[in-house]
Amino acid sequence: MALRNILGKRFGVGLAGRRPLSTATCDVESGNAKAINLYSAINQALLIALETDPRAFVFGEDVSFGGVFRCTTGLADRFGKARVFNTPLCEQGIVGFGIGLAAMGNRAIAEIQFADYIYPAFDQIVNEASKFRYRSGNQFNCGGLTIRAPYGAVGHGGHYHSQSPEAFFCHVPGIKVVIPRSPRQAKGLLLSCIRDPNPVVFFEPKWLYRLAVEEVPEHDYMLPLSEAEVIRQGSDITLVGWGAQLSIMEQACIEAERDGIFCELIDLKTLIPWDKETVEASVRKTGRVLISHEAPVTGGFGAEISASIVERCFLRLEAPVARVCGLDTPFPLVFEPFYMPTKNKILDAIKATVNY
Amino acid sequence: MALSQLASSSPSRSVNLLKPLLSAISLHRPISTDTTPITVETSVPFTAHQCEAPSRTVQTNAQELLNFFRDMAVMRRMEIAADSLYKAKLIRGFCHLYDGQEAVAVGMEAALTKKDCIITSYRDHCTFVGRDGTLLEVFAELMGRQAGCSKGKGGSMHFYKKDSNFYGGHGIVGAQVPLGCGLAFAQKYCKDEAVTFALYGDGAANQGQLFEALNISALWNLPAILVCENNHYGMGTAEWRAAKSPAYYKRGDYAPGLKVDGMDALAVKQACAFAKEHALKNGPIILEMDTYRYHGHSMSDPGSTYRTRDEITGVRQERDPIERIRKLILLHDLATEKELKDIEKEVRKEVDDAIAQAKENPVPEPSKLFSDVYAKGLGVESFGADRKEVRATLA
Repeated sequence: MALRNILGKRFGVGLAGRRPLSTATCDVESGNAKAINLYSAINQALLIALETDPRAFVFGEDVSFGGVFRCTTGLADRFGKARVFNTPLCEQGIVGFGIGLAAMGNRAIAEIQFADYIYPAFDQIVNEASKFRYRSGNQFNCGGLTIRAPYGAVGHGGHYHSQSPEAFFCHVPGIKVVIPRSPRQAKGLLLSCIRDPNPVVFFEPKWLYRLAVEEVPEHDYMLPLSEAEVIRQGSDITLVGWGAQLSIMEQACIEAERDGIFCELIDLKTLIPWDKETVEASVRKTGRVLISHEAPVTGGFGAEISASIVERCFLRLEAPVARVCGLDTPFPLVFEPFYMPTKNKILDAIKATVNY
Repeated sequence: MALSQLASSSPSRSVNLLKPLLSAISLHRPISTDTTPITVETSVPFTAHQCEAPSRTVQTNAQELLNFFRDMAVMRRMEIAADSLYKAKLIRGFCHLYDGQEAVAVGMEAALTKKDCIITSYRDHCTFVGRDGTLLEVFAELMGRQAGCSKGKGGSMHFYKKDSNFYGGHGIVGAQVPLGCGLAFAQKYCKDEAVTFALYGDGAANQGQLFEALNISALWNLPAILVCENNHYGMGTAEWRAAKSPAYYKRGDYAPGLKVDGMDALAVKQACAFAKEHALKNGPIILEMDTYRYHGHSMSDPGSTYRTRDEITGVRQERDPIERIRKLILLHDLATEKELKDIEKEVRKEVDDAIAQAKENPVPEPSKLFSDVYAKGLGVESFGADRKEVRATLA
């Protein structure tokens, strides 16, 4: 489903629908669908997860009343305080506790209130969660653990309510990192993450919680992990992104088309392990690639994609790999508009790459 | 002038004879600089853990009480003005207001010097003012302007003042406490007889790093005072739902603690003076300030979904810190009601002037986006998105 239809409110543009090629294999289309926003889609996924597995638990700071972004509304009332409960303010404790719960065969769905606060839990994720199966020779695992956190810019978040920390976690073998771009994707991906037998960190684009509205099927469905999706076909340049940034990239694609440049846009969806094949196939077609993310450019996940693509497609590349990302500064307060990888910056880079 | 001399020289404090005369003449008395000691009892006695509580009897004087009144009036007015500015979208981002908790800021300052360090969380506007921060610096920083204390780059949660040893202003809950203990270590090393007050809230009290910092401080006998500003709600979560033991002053276990009525500026002063003396000799001590915030957690929180309006008005009526000092001043006849109201009017004007000035102030230059990432002169370059046009040397 084209992103353009989802985000009318954010950009005030009436976007003509164009059905992209989707590699999703599940029957997303069947059944009733209702137009809902991102936090409602997440809410539905959590509800289904709790319903279908009696050993699923949802916990985190303030989740009981519905959470600061309403993702957990109604769950405590429906499933009781023994399965949906608040934790004290202690991220390291929350994740450590979640690992233990998962190690006993439960589905522990932990919420970190903002991705900016995930760092106290970093040790637990990197040293405990990701290595548990490996170091116990497969005797134990915490595959039932899913950590959800809102990430990304929101217009006024400043240093501690806007960060995109995905790159730190992409450096850790043993966990998966998944980022949805829209409500329909979020529900299917979250259910896949919860049911995946590996620990997963699921970042939700907070700017889209209310703004993104899409037709989402009401039934239980899952979308495959580690499968990227080509959401816009093109022949001149491949654009790779994830989460909220895709909508900005799509705007740039539309404008580039007016100048005769046809961009292929890929939603990575799962960052690790990422779908190298799909991206490679696209780059073999176009010969050019541009990666965009909100996180600072140096050491961002775009660097990994760039290095891998150059390794695989060196002789096919017509231009250097372009990265249009956040600047190498802490996420600023008043300077946010300058920091962000905006549509114009992407457009500029598309043109520079195509005309190289 | 003569009348005020008469008033202050009267030992019994009873100037009833002169009262009708005074009000009839309605002379404007200057703010009393009288330092004749007045003895007051704190509202409630202190509760101690692993130490002997200080006396309930506090020495103060007219000058101090009137300063308390004025300073708290400034803080209160400032926070309310910030509320309006936020609603008018002149302040954006996050804004955590301190009104109701002013007694902690002023009481603490009365017991400390500017050589002592204070470090706190994001609810830092009034603590900053207590450390001699100006109203212009406050409003300019809130509105993201150059004249702000952090040059407009920090915002509400990141106020700092180096020359008064105010170490800010921290967004991540509880992260400032280990920092505070580090400051205390440096102070002990330098032997400058100064201490560090590390403030945190009841929500942060459940962070593991607090206990790590406390253990280190106690092991090495650091002059660190951990102050829990217990306003009973961690965002929307009541303390009894987050903490197995909401007796925060006891949670140091091996470290002594004191529970203080945080709405009584004099009790706060007494406790802080006691704590400073203790910490310099015997290492860390925990102070739990029993206080209350009238506003919600931040401007996005109405503050009424997890507590009743009756509770809020109840505290306002029974325990408001400014009203307590006002009653004390009137009781001891240190100023008339009208004079106090005049002070409040003056304060209001001061705040309005500062806001007007801050509004005129420009936003930081765009090039400042790249400044102060690293120490100057490192020459690290940052590229803009397209790697060609935007190039800046990170300073």
